[in-house]
Amino acid sequence: MRRYARLFALQLRTSLQTGLQYRWDFVVEGLTGLLFALLGLLPLWVFKRNGAAVPGWGFPEMLVVVGWFTLLKGLIDGAVNPSLIVVVDHIRRGTLDFVLLKPADAQFLVSTGKFEPWRVLDVLVGVAICGSGFVLLGRWPGALDLAGALLLLVSAALVLYSTWILVVSAAFWVVRLDNLAYLFMSIFDFARWPVTVFRGAVRFAFTFIIPLALMTTYPSMALLGTLRPATGALAVAGALGYAAVARLVWRRAIARYTSASS
Amino acid sequence: MSRGPSSLAITLRAFPTLLRVGFADAVAYRAEMVVWMLTTTMPLVNLALWHTAAAGGPIAGFGQTQLTAYFLASFIVRQLTGCWVVWEMNFEIRTGRLSQRLLRPVSPLAGYMAENLAALPLRVLLSLPMALVLAFVVGGREFSHDPAIWLMVVLALCLAWLIIFFSMAILGTLALYLESSSSLWFMWQGLFFAFSGYLFPLPFLEAHAPRLFHALHGLPFYYQSGFPLELMLGRHDRAAALHYLGIEACWALGLGLLLAVVWRAGVKRWNAYGA
Repeated sequence: MRRYARLFALQLRTSLQTGLQYRWDFVVEGLTGLLFALLGLLPLWVFKRNGAAVPGWGFPEMLVVVGWFTLLKGLIDGAVNPSLIVVVDHIRRGTLDFVLLKPADAQFLVSTGKFEPWRVLDVLVGVAICGSGFVLLGRWPGALDLAGALLLLVSAALVLYSTWILVVSAAFWVVRLDNLAYLFMSIFDFARWPVTVFRGAVRFAFTFIIPLALMTTYPSMALLGTLRPATGALAVAGALGYAAVARLVWRRAIARYTSASS
Repeated sequence: MSRGPSSLAITLRAFPTLLRVGFADAVAYRAEMVVWMLTTTMPLVNLALWHTAAAGGPIAGFGQTQLTAYFLASFIVRQLTGCWVVWEMNFEIRTGRLSQRLLRPVSPLAGYMAENLAALPLRVLLSLPMALVLAFVVGGREFSHDPAIWLMVVLALCLAWLIIFFSMAILGTLALYLESSSSLWFMWQGLFFAFSGYLFPLPFLEAHAPRLFHALHGLPFYYQSGFPLELMLGRHDRAAALHYLGIEACWALGLGLLLAVVWRAGVKRWNAYGA
């Protein structure tokens, strides 16, 4: 366990140093992260000024969802997506062999391949946006609500990680898809608003097939204390089932991998 | 760039061939292009929000059907004006491949331009399904019926393409000075998202932030997305459309000149590296 903690720290440091190589880019990147997080609020402001409303969601509640979205996006952009790009590249060039040969768990190495340190800012901005929503509401979430939201955060992370594993597995079959990571990110953009803005089949899809509702809407509802415990429990169970499927697919995919040269 | 008076003639003669090569490239990577198109989810994300918001009545004159028309058309405009030159330039500058391009008798900028232009026919083809959806869901009612306006739409789209290509190439050229300029591009992209009418139609700002609203008509971002869309929806009369078209042409010209200046100075630096 301690060995893996050390390995993790090492991977993190390598990413930081790689980022610092391009000095200008590094500085601008930090600023860009902040700018993007704040620009994400602009539509919401326009929304509010035009007196628009989503049924069941006031402006402060919408802020909580957008904050939660920003937080999760920071997690994905910082810890999930960069590694994804690295693995897809490994698979395409056949250098995944070197990773598999290393004396450490391959899935661990592959999942920690690259980090974007700056995205911590997004997470902080996300927390701040959530917080401002509660300031506007004039109350704070109770301990139980907070615990529920954290549990759902873990579930959301599990779902994200499982999706990640599924995408990587797909890369074993369809090798030439460098832009899978971007597709993944742009679908996640639909989690920006409460799932109630979608209707019919689309809402069904975003709740059960690509569980975006689980990622931002349900945790926000838990924080706001409007989530029914049964729904929350179902969401957690769903996340666990999803993770089990992803693990299964990954196993089959890695068994299929025959490297680029053989 | 300093290859004497005949360089323009050489470029003009080579351009059709460059276009053919670029088109073959685009066809070869068609699957990737489809995936790239599918990543354009932003118009749909925002359509969902504003469609719900307009359930209680039109916002700034935009009813639900018109918002659907606006954002679905926005998807198509985004496909037709898409370029990727900033990525290619960053890659080629970092890996030194730019040297190979500089050895050719044709300016690398013309080469980039041909590659990005050549993908257009395929992009038009791939946009057809969305156009069909648009026709089926919205029909012709929400769109302008004035042929002169549609002529200006075509012109506005061409100028929008130029604005996007030039600003991308300028930022790509900056990689010659800053080693890598992809973050700068992201920042520019952020401004585009916010101020172009891509996230919400700019008229939503008119009543609540009139100064910002008018200022945004002076920036290039509006002309990359919001302006052609508002033209299509018949929200400008001919005189106003001509006025904005003039501003758009100025931006295209200005950015083109800026690109020429930045590129010339940047390539000199590149030579100084001894690369």
